[in-house]
Amino acid sequence: MKPPANPAMSAVSLRLPIGRSHFLFALIGFWFAALLLRALYLQGLQNDFLQQKGESRYARVLSISAHRGVISDRNNELLAISTPLESIWVSPAEVRLSAADRSRLVKLLGLDSIEINRRLADTSREFLYLKRHVSPERAATIAALKIPGVFSQREYKRFYPAGEELAHVIGFTGMDDNGQEGLELAYQDSLAGKPGSRQVIKDRRGHIIEQVGSQRAPVNGEDLALSIDRRIQYLAHRELKAAVAANHARAGAAIVLDVKTGEVLAMANVPTYNPNNRGKLDRDRTRNRAITDLFEPGSTLKPFTVAAVLEAGAFNADSVIDVAPGWLRIGRATIRDAHRHDALTVAQVIQKSSNVGSVKLALSLPPQALWDIFHDVGFGVPPSSGFPGEAAGKLRAHKSWKPIEHATMSYGHGISVSLLQLARAYTVFAADGRLKPVSLIKLDAKSGPVEGRRVLSPETAKAVREMLETVVQPGGTALKAQIMGYRVAGKTGTAHKAENGSYAARRYISSFVGFAPASDPRLVVAVMIDEPNAGQHFGGAVAAPVFSSVMSGALRMLSVAPDAPAGSDAQDILPPDDETIAIKEEI
Amino acid sequence: MAKFNIFLLIVCIGCAIGVVTSQHRARTLYTELQEEQDRSRQFDVEWGQLQLEQSTWATHARIEKIAVEKLRMQAPQHAPQAGPLQMVPGRSETR
Repeated sequence: MKPPANPAMSAVSLRLPIGRSHFLFALIGFWFAALLLRALYLQGLQNDFLQQKGESRYARVLSISAHRGVISDRNNELLAISTPLESIWVSPAEVRLSAADRSRLVKLLGLDSIEINRRLADTSREFLYLKRHVSPERAATIAALKIPGVFSQREYKRFYPAGEELAHVIGFTGMDDNGQEGLELAYQDSLAGKPGSRQVIKDRRGHIIEQVGSQRAPVNGEDLALSIDRRIQYLAHRELKAAVAANHARAGAAIVLDVKTGEVLAMANVPTYNPNNRGKLDRDRTRNRAITDLFEPGSTLKPFTVAAVLEAGAFNADSVIDVAPGWLRIGRATIRDAHRHDALTVAQVIQKSSNVGSVKLALSLPPQALWDIFHDVGFGVPPSSGFPGEAAGKLRAHKSWKPIEHATMSYGHGISVSLLQLARAYTVFAADGRLKPVSLIKLDAKSGPVEGRRVLSPETAKAVREMLETVVQPGGTALKAQIMGYRVAGKTGTAHKAENGSYAARRYISSFVGFAPASDPRLVVAVMIDEPNAGQHFGGAVAAPVFSSVMSGALRMLSVAPDAPAGSDAQDILPPDDETIAIKEEI
Repeated sequence: MAKFNIFLLIVCIGCAIGVVTSQHRARTLYTELQEEQDRSRQFDVEWGQLQLEQSTWATHARIEKIAVEKLRMQAPQHAPQAGPLQMVPGRSETR
């Protein structure tokens, strides 16, 4: 080693005390130790937390929205679809509005400018909807204005192109696109999708540059095909609406059933509402009367009484029953016919709708036999259509029947059913004694006709069918149910409404249930009009014309071949006019 | 030896640049993929809206109104003297 060039400097360095360098060394060593410990602490103990924090600076979890399933009719016509709309919201504290922007915004949203000022003045709030459910184009125009503090948010809204015709069957969804009524509610689980999510890395400008981790794919809601045929539905709705208006009735319902499969082709209700623009709704409008409302069916139940009697074997269609003098006393009550007859065959009891006749027939049977057939055709049991809130109806246990109940039950009083139950029960006659299960969902066409449960022998069903055909022929109660070109069978019903435990004098429910073509029934149509108030109240005058127009239109739409072509004998059933008027007075 | 080291250094730098470019390309492609997926979602939405629009224009009530009021059309009434009514099997059959 060379000696230091400057003796003065070396003298200084030599004079340094050894402890100072040790002190510095220790200080530096201490600093290193501290750094090391800190590094160990961060890398080892806090690692997960810090990594998570760092990731959150660039990684984002995006949710992927799933569509709600589409509802369509049996021919794939759209009935309900969800489409995205934007909701415009503001953060009043951040909003900077120039006068020009303000007037543009007011114009685009169709809002009141004073109203906007008032709402924006409240700067304490951080979130405020200016307008919900704005069309995407308009939202894009607003976004292009680039007003600070004005944002839009995507939301789904459900649209119903069929509008009020089908409102009761489909129901509707709420603001958040969840089912609230009808089939939207019943099939909520399968219609609603499950949103998915994925984790991505975003760059400074907000572009997604990489996907990290696994992606949870969204599950779109399943589509739902209804058994409804929109064409027939429209027809049924139009005719029902016209009839309810013409008769100044309170309400009405109509059902069209496919006899072969039990599918509901149409189900109309009046009064109705527009599901696209609901506003204020009351239960009176949103209720699906055909399924949830019960009524005493009246004479439309007589065919079941007669069927039970025929099954028992003591009578046949031509057995004569003494119905003079047109009334019958049971205990303290009197049962009357609307028109006096002296002797009627069993077939004529149906044709003329004689109460006395059906009571006499029913009393020849034990209560259990009558109860059995009512129960077998589905009265008192929910029809399991899958519709929320379907009514089961009231059929009391036969052991507790008093004689008067046994009697009135035979002509449809003291028992309550829904229109759907009634329509379905008539499939027993139309389908050779088999009761078809009802369905509001389209069934697989490949599986063929639905078998159904046997309730009556084919012979009994055929005999009753022939009796029901005479109802729409001269001498019957429902000439207005006739259809050009087809043989029709059906039964009228006119029931007093039960109110506060007794029957109201001038309030009726008029109904007609029937099927066609009678030679090989294809459709059952049931019509119910609640409180007709325009002079007429008999089922044959109020409900039968609706049946006739709906049935003829539906048969034509389904290309069902006429079984009574013009010119053949079966067509010569149109009576002279005066006779029509006389017969109309019957129940 | 030194020459070989320089060669390795150049290969190393080349690889490094390759990694960077391919990473960059992957990211641009991914962004493009995102854009295309967004477009496909957008088309889905548009398809729904078009379906809705078609369905709204094709409302039976609207068609009937136009047919009756504007075009003065009527539903055919079958006259009994016109002879037997015949059904032609058509596409309207519900299956």
